[in-house]
Amino acid sequence: MDSFTLTKQGAEARLYQGTYLGRPTIIKERFIKKYRHKHLDDSLTKERIKAETKAIVRCKSVGIRTPAIYLVDFERRMVFMEHLLHSITLKDFIETTSFEKLSKLAISIGTILGRMHEGNIIHGDLTSSNILLMNVHNKDKFDDLKDLKIVLIDFGLSHVDCSAEDKGVDLYVLERALVSTHAVADQIFPKIIEGYRGYYKKGFKEILAKYEAIRARGRKRTMVG
Amino acid sequence: MVIAIGFEGSANKLGVGIIKDGVVLSNPRVTFITPPGEGFMPKETAEHHRQHILSVLQKALEEAKISGEDIDVVCYTKGPGMGAPLATVAIVARTVAQLWNKPILGVNHCIGHIEMGRLITNAKNPTVLYVSGGNTQIIAYARKRYRIFGETIDIAVGNCLDRFARVLKISNDPSPGYNIEQLAKKGQKYIPLPYCVKGMDVSFSGILSYMEERTSSLLKEGYSPEDLCFSLQETIFAMLVETTERALAHCNSSEVLIVGGVGCNLRLQEMMNEMCKERGSTLFATDERFCIDNGVMIAHAGAEMFRSGTRMKWEESTVTQRYRTDEVETTWRED
Repeated sequence: MDSFTLTKQGAEARLYQGTYLGRPTIIKERFIKKYRHKHLDDSLTKERIKAETKAIVRCKSVGIRTPAIYLVDFERRMVFMEHLLHSITLKDFIETTSFEKLSKLAISIGTILGRMHEGNIIHGDLTSSNILLMNVHNKDKFDDLKDLKIVLIDFGLSHVDCSAEDKGVDLYVLERALVSTHAVADQIFPKIIEGYRGYYKKGFKEILAKYEAIRARGRKRTMVG
Repeated sequence: MVIAIGFEGSANKLGVGIIKDGVVLSNPRVTFITPPGEGFMPKETAEHHRQHILSVLQKALEEAKISGEDIDVVCYTKGPGMGAPLATVAIVARTVAQLWNKPILGVNHCIGHIEMGRLITNAKNPTVLYVSGGNTQIIAYARKRYRIFGETIDIAVGNCLDRFARVLKISNDPSPGYNIEQLAKKGQKYIPLPYCVKGMDVSFSGILSYMEERTSSLLKEGYSPEDLCFSLQETIFAMLVETTERALAHCNSSEVLIVGGVGCNLRLQEMMNEMCKERGSTLFATDERFCIDNGVMIAHAGAEMFRSGTRMKWEESTVTQRYRTDEVETTWRED
C-alpha cells in the first residue's frame, strides 16, 4: 500500500496506482461514506465488492475484457485489480474522434453489450466513463480502431438477471448517460443498438420492446408537485 | 429593467410573486392542506386555488407596491403538474395580462426551481438535484439545455414520503415531509429497507410498498413511528446523494444545488453537504421560501426568458401536465 498513490476520487471509490506482485495495479477503495448510516454503508459496500468481482469473473467466461482481479480485501474495503496502462475512456475518445470512426466503434460496443446481456450480466451503470478503449500494442495511441480493444469497468451496481426488463433498463441508462454528456449521442446510440441487435439475435426483439416501454415510462410519467 | 409577475399553482401550493431585476418584491403563498391520511386531488385543489387566487394576487401587488401598469411580463406555470389546478391559474394569468395589456409567458415549473435556486445561492453551473412531491431529477446544464442525468423511474421521492405519511396518519400541516423530518430526528433504530439505484436513476415504489405492507407489523415488533421515519429518510436520501455524486463525478462539476420542496429537509442537506466536503465540492441550498413551490420562481425564470427575447403567442398560452425539463432551450444562458 505504501508505494501506491491516490490518483482519482470517483463517485464510488478512491483509486490508487502502484505495483502489486510486480504488476501495474489499481486499488479501488470503497471508502466509508460518512453521509450514509453505518449499517447501510457497510452492507452496500460489501454487496458492491461482491457484485463487481462476480461480474468480472462472469465477463471472463463469456469473453469480455475487463480488468483482472488480483486481491479482494473486505476488511480494508479494497479490490486490487489490473491497471490498464494504455487506455482511455469512451467519454474522452468521443470528444476527440471523427463521427465515422465513432459509428464504427459504436457497432462494436453494441456487440460487446449484446454478448454481456446474452451472458445475463446486467452492468447497472453503463456510461461513457465506464467503457474503456485499450491499445493492444501497449502504446498510448488511440487513432486506429484496429488497435483498440473495448473494456468494461465499474461493475459495482451489476447483477445477474435473465429478464428483458433489466437488460432494457441497462440500455436506457446508457442512452441517457450518453445523451446528457455528448452532442453526437443521438447519432451514436442507434449504432450501438444496431451492433447489439446484430449480435444478440435471440434476445433483442423482446429487450428492445422493453427498452421502448421504459423510455415511454420516463416521457409520460406524470410530474405532479 | 424587467418587472415580472409569476403565477404558480401546479400542485397544492398557490403562489403569486413579483420580481424586479432579480430582487424579490413580494412572494405570498397559500397551501391546500388535506386531513391526515389523505392526499390532495385535482378537483379540490383547483377549487382551493380558485377560492384564493385573487386575494393572493392582491397581496402580491400590495406588498410589492406595484400596479398592473408597472409590470413588463405576466408569467405562469405551463407545466408539469396537475391539469385542473394548472388551468385554473393559467386562466387568471391570461385574464390579468389582457386587462393590463401585457405579454404573457408560460414557464416550465422545473426551470423555475433551478433558476430561482441559482439566483438565491449564486451557484454558477451546479449539478442540480430537484426533489419534490412530483419530481426527482438530477440535472446538469450542457449545450443550451438542462439535461436530465438521472431521475426516478417510478414515483417521486416526495410522493413516497407523502404516501408513507398517510400510512402513519401523520399530519399534512404544514406538510407531511416536514412532519416526517421532525419525527425522524427522534428515531433510534435503523431498519434495513430496500435500496434501489440503477446507474444515475432511482426507484422508490419498491420501498413504499415495503413500508405499506410492513408498517403495522414493524410497529408491533417494537419499532416506533420515529424509527420508521428515520430509517426511511436515511435510506432514500442516501440514494439521492449517491446518484448526485455519480452525476457530479461524471460531469467533473464542483457545485451541487438542491431545489424543490424536499430540498428544504435539513437532513438531506446535511448528508449532501457531507458528500460535497469529501470531494471538495460546494453545496447550495435554499430554505422553504424558495424551495417549496412559489410564485416568484416562475416570475424570475419568465423574466430571464423575456430578457433573452422569448415571446409567446396568445394561442400558445396553454398548460400541459407533462413538460420535461430538457424540452426548454435555455436562451438566457450564455455558457
